[in-house]
Amino acid sequence: MADDHDHSDHPAHASELSEMQLRVRALETVLAEKGYVDAAALDAMIEAYETRIGPHNGAAVVAKAWTDPAFKQALLADATKAVQSLGLISRVGDHLIAVENTPTTHNMIVCTLCSCYPWEVLGLPPVWYKSAPYRSRAVNDPRGVLADFGLSLPRDVQIRVWDSTAETRFIVLPMRPSGTEGWNDERLAALVTRDCMIGTGLPKSPQEAA
Amino acid sequence: MDGIHDMGGMHGFGKVATEKDEPVFHTPWEGRCLALNRAMGAIGAWSIDEGRAGIEALPPDVYLASSYYGKWALRLENMVVARGLAGADEIAAGHALRSGNRLNRKLQTADVPRTLARGSFGRTPQAAARFKVGDRVRAKNIHPPTHTRLPRYARGRLGVIEAIRGCHVFPDSVAIGAGENPQWLYTVLFEGRELWGEASDPTLKVSIEAFEPYLDPAS
Repeated sequence: MADDHDHSDHPAHASELSEMQLRVRALETVLAEKGYVDAAALDAMIEAYETRIGPHNGAAVVAKAWTDPAFKQALLADATKAVQSLGLISRVGDHLIAVENTPTTHNMIVCTLCSCYPWEVLGLPPVWYKSAPYRSRAVNDPRGVLADFGLSLPRDVQIRVWDSTAETRFIVLPMRPSGTEGWNDERLAALVTRDCMIGTGLPKSPQEAA
Repeated sequence: MDGIHDMGGMHGFGKVATEKDEPVFHTPWEGRCLALNRAMGAIGAWSIDEGRAGIEALPPDVYLASSYYGKWALRLENMVVARGLAGADEIAAGHALRSGNRLNRKLQTADVPRTLARGSFGRTPQAAARFKVGDRVRAKNIHPPTHTRLPRYARGRLGVIEAIRGCHVFPDSVAIGAGENPQWLYTVLFEGRELWGEASDPTLKVSIEAFEPYLDPAS
């Protein structure tokens, strides 16, 4: 079994560990014996999420949008189609929407009802995105949430929060950091953090990345 | 349902706690749990909306006390039992006590890449969209005891249609086994003060993705 060796330091639920490990193992055994699931297929799925599907895909999309105005236009018009055209992911799901930060508007993504998140471009969501503090406060105290991330935006910047209450999915297109003129996509992508594509952060500056 | 899952605007949960260099899974059972849930969904044991309703059906104290994948594990147990796919006695025993595959299919490794892509929820419209961009709308004051995607904080509030997202599968119908019943989906934009009153951050705007049955026209 893949869960025989557990060296977790999962913060909040240490007592849950062994119990959950046993429960999930029991479920898998029963469902496999019934013929509903196949262990190798589960392995393949886990491997994909641990290695191939992650925020590096979103970072490549953002970097491309920073260097290629036609791509940026296509991305804002139909993000599913535009991301598909890059060939990073075998098939991009429908209803992906890119929202652009500007000097006057800062976008933030949340799912107050569950944990909807653009998996294909950002991977699985971090624990904080699925947590009660983020889901409760993002819609009525986004500046307070940003302060938890160490981010303070000017008072005249409009904060736009997108609550992902349907099967549309959102990714923030952050502003390109200054001092990156002439950089290629690969260097730029290294500045693009997961959080800046959710809207709880800004891209790294060239100094931070150095 | 007016459940604990509908958290937008609640107070008292504290600061957002982030984790530096957070791993994809904190412990292997989380990955197994995710994959089991996805694999059952991929063979059509239940839809994404029925799965969400399964999480929302957890008692509020259990919901709050469980980790994210802990909730997924409880949901999986509850749903396989509720659908007669396995018995609670079998899960307790940790192995099948009776033979019988009620689905006659399972997700194979070769089909995994297909399941990693999100499905398409757009459907052919049965009628023209009732609203157009710029229309003023009021979210209905509804409190269905079953699954809905209209968050409490928006109910009764005045907003503006910002975008039309097409005609989509209607979660409220699917979750109660009433079929896809496709409905027009809109991005509806609300001023912070409309949602939270005069004390709201004046620079705040919040949008929800709202299905047409959630909305009334407003002048």
